[in-house]
Amino acid sequence: MIRKSLLSLLGTLWAGAASADWALNMPRGVTELSAETYDLHMMVFWWCVWIGVVVFGVMIISLVKHRKSRGVEPATFSHSTTAEVVWTIIPVVILLVMAVPAAETMIRLEDSRNPDISVVVTGYQWKWHYRYQDEDIAFYSSLDRPSVEARPKNSGIDPFDVENFLLEVDRPLVVPKGAKVRLLITSNDVVHSWWVPDLAIKKDAVPGIINETWFRAEQTGTFRGQCTELCGKDHGYMPIVVEVVEPDAYIAWVETHQQTGERVATSQ
Amino acid sequence: MTTAVAEAQDAHDEHHGPDKGIRRWLFTTNHKDIGTLYLVFSLIMFFIGGAMALVIRTELMQPGLQFVHPEFFNSMTTMHALIMVFGAVMPAFVGLANWMIPMMIGAPDMALPRMNNWSFWILPVAFGILLSTLFMEGGAPAAGWTMYPPLVLQTGDAFPFLIFSVHLMGISSIMGAINIIVTILNMRAPDMWLLKMPIFVWCWLITAYLLIAVMPVLAGAVTMLLTDQFFGTSFFLAAGGGDPVMFQHIFWFFGHPEVYIMILPAFGVVSEIIPTFSRKPLFGHDSMVYAASSIAFLSFIVWAHHMFTVGMPLSGQMFFMFATMLIAVPTGVKVFNWVATMWRGSMTFETPMLFALAFVFLFTIGGFSGLMLAIAPADIQYHDTYFVVAHFHYVLVPGSIFAVMAGAYYWLPKWTGHMYNESLGKLHFWLSTIFVNVTFFPMHFLGLAGMPRRIPDYSTQFADFNMIASIGALGFGFSQLIFVWVLLTAKKGAKATDRVWEAPKGLEWTVPSPAPYHTFDTPPKARIAQEAFE
Repeated sequence: MIRKSLLSLLGTLWAGAASADWALNMPRGVTELSAETYDLHMMVFWWCVWIGVVVFGVMIISLVKHRKSRGVEPATFSHSTTAEVVWTIIPVVILLVMAVPAAETMIRLEDSRNPDISVVVTGYQWKWHYRYQDEDIAFYSSLDRPSVEARPKNSGIDPFDVENFLLEVDRPLVVPKGAKVRLLITSNDVVHSWWVPDLAIKKDAVPGIINETWFRAEQTGTFRGQCTELCGKDHGYMPIVVEVVEPDAYIAWVETHQQTGERVATSQ
Repeated sequence: MTTAVAEAQDAHDEHHGPDKGIRRWLFTTNHKDIGTLYLVFSLIMFFIGGAMALVIRTELMQPGLQFVHPEFFNSMTTMHALIMVFGAVMPAFVGLANWMIPMMIGAPDMALPRMNNWSFWILPVAFGILLSTLFMEGGAPAAGWTMYPPLVLQTGDAFPFLIFSVHLMGISSIMGAINIIVTILNMRAPDMWLLKMPIFVWCWLITAYLLIAVMPVLAGAVTMLLTDQFFGTSFFLAAGGGDPVMFQHIFWFFGHPEVYIMILPAFGVVSEIIPTFSRKPLFGHDSMVYAASSIAFLSFIVWAHHMFTVGMPLSGQMFFMFATMLIAVPTGVKVFNWVATMWRGSMTFETPMLFALAFVFLFTIGGFSGLMLAIAPADIQYHDTYFVVAHFHYVLVPGSIFAVMAGAYYWLPKWTGHMYNESLGKLHFWLSTIFVNVTFFPMHFLGLAGMPRRIPDYSTQFADFNMIASIGALGFGFSQLIFVWVLLTAKKGAKATDRVWEAPKGLEWTVPSPAPYHTFDTPPKARIAQEAFE
């Protein structure tokens, strides 16, 4: 298996940009806000790179030039008010440049008014429960069978043989493309956190509190995430899968689920 | 004059030298003995916590569970953090403070020597209790070092022992901090006024105030956990009208200053070492003091940046985002001043300098990821992923721990009277620096690609970088054995001179090497050393 990972590592290094993106960087995601978040991330990243080039550059020049082995006599200066004022003010300006777009995105992230669909998400040790507020649909979503079989210690099943190992559920959350989906997130026991990187949403599920967040997916597809707040021994085994489908397909999905009564009765 | 003082002190030692055998260490009130005890204790904890880190990294080397069960894995992450934070990093800096602060300010000892003994000997008890939970019904604490309720209330028999050991660590830290403050404020050489103090002493003074301010807050928080569990209160239980999020606010009100408690003394150590090996005074001594003070003040008003996902009002998130970004300003000043200290100096690269330089480079990388984490919308993506793990290990391992290593190599000849083995020191440095990056740099990628922290197993797309990180961790762990060897053979090297290095500044270099058991029975004239700071 070691050789397999090393080989796949080499594969990653030489592969096209697409796979390298997934392995190295934050996904750009499928909502307007996930793209904005990605842009913010890249903006701050590049600022850090440029600051790093300047600071480390000066330091490296100094390390090369100002060494005793080159016979340099040390200078004696020990302060310069001008320099210190300059390198206090420049960072403040850079921070302001970063703060403005960050604040704008933050305001939009928190605006969950006028949703098209509302889903109550409840965290359990160790699975998720979804209840569509306007439809008669509610179900648990747990780790999928093949992963459950492969996960015990020395199960004898190679995780590389399991498709979407630890990232597949039995029943995904299904939402229509283009709809504003509001999630009302809470927990039944301990604190969990609901995260799907492609939707750029992470919100804690706290018992006794209902948190609100929202997304509007612009593309269809299957998007995966995981619980991101330590919630006990199976914290690593409660993935999240969101299927974004065309609006017609969503309506059909709602109807079949209401008729087949596949919903699971809950105390809620 | 120095030799005359030394001879007088040697004569003095014959009457009041150390006790023999174990009594010396159990009952000592000598700041140098207690400093040694703290440093040795910290090293032992560093290896215990490190062994736990290797359990974690060995399990994470490949997808699938190979070695441990998830419950035990969670215990390992929890215990690793508690031991490294409270057992390795904090006592290491208190050890350096004990050894060096009295010698740097010209004091004969710490102001409260008996309390000093007490504050050390509480620690082995506290960690004995904490480690004993590994063998208890229900296993060691596994809810993370952050101890968030309600999860932490699901801990087995270990729960009250966890709380009690945290109380003891807090008591020890508070007593140590009081001692340091009283020593610095009352026992300086008569002509060493505050702004002329060495920067290490300044950083510790500020750190000690942070400790006194926040350790009681932690004690309060864990006491409320205790009463929630055993006495029917509901501080943090929603079912009884409590609020689990309140714990997080209280915890991080302690927790954020706590991270500066672990880095400010490191700033102090590095600010002593870089001027010595650049043969040039520290650039902007006073602005370093103001920067450290600003960082300390800001540390009290940024705590909720650990909680951008808990569901705060928009205005709260804005405040904590802007306040957090502000920290970059004084931290930047520190880095720029270190670089300006090197600029046009005459540098040599002995082991302490190498560690200090790696500190500046790698701590700055941790600072960059810290700035990225301050941007709240992006933090929502980074939060609780390996990106955060990479960030705080960059500031804590090549940050705090490298500073401790740098300080140890820098002052070791003063402590032992002999030069350590320089080539082994350099080997230790290079292996540590290479492996620390191999371990923690790939974690940035893992986090960005979506791997949450604190999980015992992961999906296959994370396999490659986890493999690299694990190889790095094993390399880093075993490289530290070189350090132990250097320490064990520390007295075999050439005799150290009193000044040890070519151009160190400060009173500690005016006493003989090894430093006599009692130094500065009469206050020294500090101005001679001080003039070097101007």
